[in-house]
Amino acid sequence: MDKIGVLVAFKPLPYLEQELTRRGCRLFRLWETPESPVLEFCRQNAADIQAIVGNSNYGADAAMIDALPKLEIVASFSVGLDRVDLPKCKERGIRVTNTPDVLTDDVADLAIGLAISVMRRIPSADKYARSGAWKKGEYTLTTRFSGKRVGILGLGRIGLAIAKRAEAFDCPISYYSRSDKSHPNYTYHSTPVDLAANCDILVVACALTEETHHIVNRAVIDALGPKGVLINIGRGPHVDEPELVAALVEGRLGGAGLDVFENEPHVPEELFALDNVVLVPHVGSATIETRTAMADMVLGNLEAHFLKKPLLTPVV
Amino acid sequence: MATATCTTNTPKIGEKPKLLVLRRISAYFEGVFSPHFDLIKAEESSLPLPAFLSTHCRDIRAVLIAAPYGMFGSSLLDQLPSLGIVACTTAGVNHIDVDACRKRGIAVTNAGEMFTPDAADFAVGLLVDVLRKVTMADRYVRNGLWMLKGDYPLGSKVSGKRVGIVGLGSIGSHVAKRLVAFGCPISYFSRAPKPNYPSYRYFPNVLELARESDVLILSCALTDETRNIINRDVMVALGKDGVIINVGRGALIDEPELVRCLKEGVIGGAGLDVFVNEPEVPEELTHMDNVVLSDHRAVTTPEAFKGVLELAIANLDAFFSGKPLLSPVSC
Repeated sequence: MDKIGVLVAFKPLPYLEQELTRRGCRLFRLWETPESPVLEFCRQNAADIQAIVGNSNYGADAAMIDALPKLEIVASFSVGLDRVDLPKCKERGIRVTNTPDVLTDDVADLAIGLAISVMRRIPSADKYARSGAWKKGEYTLTTRFSGKRVGILGLGRIGLAIAKRAEAFDCPISYYSRSDKSHPNYTYHSTPVDLAANCDILVVACALTEETHHIVNRAVIDALGPKGVLINIGRGPHVDEPELVAALVEGRLGGAGLDVFENEPHVPEELFALDNVVLVPHVGSATIETRTAMADMVLGNLEAHFLKKPLLTPVV
Repeated sequence: MATATCTTNTPKIGEKPKLLVLRRISAYFEGVFSPHFDLIKAEESSLPLPAFLSTHCRDIRAVLIAAPYGMFGSSLLDQLPSLGIVACTTAGVNHIDVDACRKRGIAVTNAGEMFTPDAADFAVGLLVDVLRKVTMADRYVRNGLWMLKGDYPLGSKVSGKRVGIVGLGSIGSHVAKRLVAFGCPISYFSRAPKPNYPSYRYFPNVLELARESDVLILSCALTDETRNIINRDVMVALGKDGVIINVGRGALIDEPELVRCLKEGVIGGAGLDVFVNEPEVPEELTHMDNVVLSDHRAVTTPEAFKGVLELAIANLDAFFSGKPLLSPVSC
């Protein structure tokens, strides 16, 4: 990939940056100049940029694509492509790749970990154990995770991986999907509200599209109820965040484990005082093992494209 | 797993069997037992315990032990000549002289598997927390650091980690079942290999288990053999990225050595629900960010307590009607 100009939209894993450089790429580090407008940066370097490496927060919208006439490929360091204007790429003949499968386990592990963490109040337990306030004979009651009904929005790779893990805890599984998958062991519900009304823990695991924007709205939150728990390892915009915050603060929703937010890295501060929520900073795939595998996938896709070989994980 | 349901044939007033309770029990416990039994509460008497027993308890056939307050052994048993059953609401019975009971023909029942799912869930929760830094990341967010400092440092993948279980009993086997779904290969140390689990790899000692594991999960009873079973050698064998999860008893680990090994980076992290001298938590642990600590809450869920109390009642009912007990402790 000698002298290929690559716009890196976010601060990358050091391994990824090293490998891109080692292969001869010229890196245009968009993230280094946050104060400089994106489009201006693109226009200034338009003659050289042939590839974009984006992630779940920084992709390629129509304006960026228009500003980069030499752009040939967008290789996203994520599986979600809601930040990439896919129709525009298709129209311009720009290839788009993502990083499916390698991060499925991490995201599913975190979903289950968050659910246990919320229900058993693990961060509170840790804070209390460190505080010196723990008195002999005292114990704190928290509600059991095993056997609770788990409802999954979206039964794709990640949804299935979550279901498989939850089954090992004897959790009955139900799901909502665009169509009935006729799964032998999992119960299909034809609307998100119906799913929420029939589960104890609702997990968001679908792709973010126009249809699934705010799929978790007031009606779904009400259906989930004061004992229900929401786990979001999808995208912040899947959930109507102000409604969620109000429901949690007012006790209309039992708890939440959130890895994603509508306006990252901003997290609604009203949540900070609650011990029935667990908040993590978009770490669904944030392990050294998985990020390295994702980097290899991005590198493999870029190399394949510029060597005119079949892409590893093309979406467009 | 023994399932228990509350008996529906509650005896008439005056016909309830007597149930001795040595120490104060919570209003919740009392509310559950009093419809079925005439509770004889030793603590409400002004008499010292031995005098109370010899005066009022010659005909007592059943005693409820709700918490480990000192050894229930021969000196008390001698005062209870009619005793036939000791019903415990705990899983562990280290505080009961089971041998002395057996010699007197007194049955001992425990909590069976009622605490098992919660203990197993908590072990998995602690493991994910330690490897993925859930509690630390939550603290990071609440301190406004995601805005200020950017992304949180990377964690370590849970799926596929080699899990070594110390004690493949009820809790250990439930932990194993859960982690199999995370793609974790399971190994274990136990007093003897378990033919029911052919796909789990048996090791004859903890040292060899540690060598071949990324994670050790402690879920065995505390006995003379298992005290300090996790010592420095085991931790060195586990290695610098290794993680220990303890939902058993604090004394399974040489606690001062654990603190040293964590400080020195001999092992990578730990998730601890139990400590040698609760509620004391070694001060140095409270400053570490590669540990997750908890206030012995692994099994305290309303669901577990409901199950445990129903099981105790079912055991007592079975005893008084001459039927087989549901969760007798075998010596």
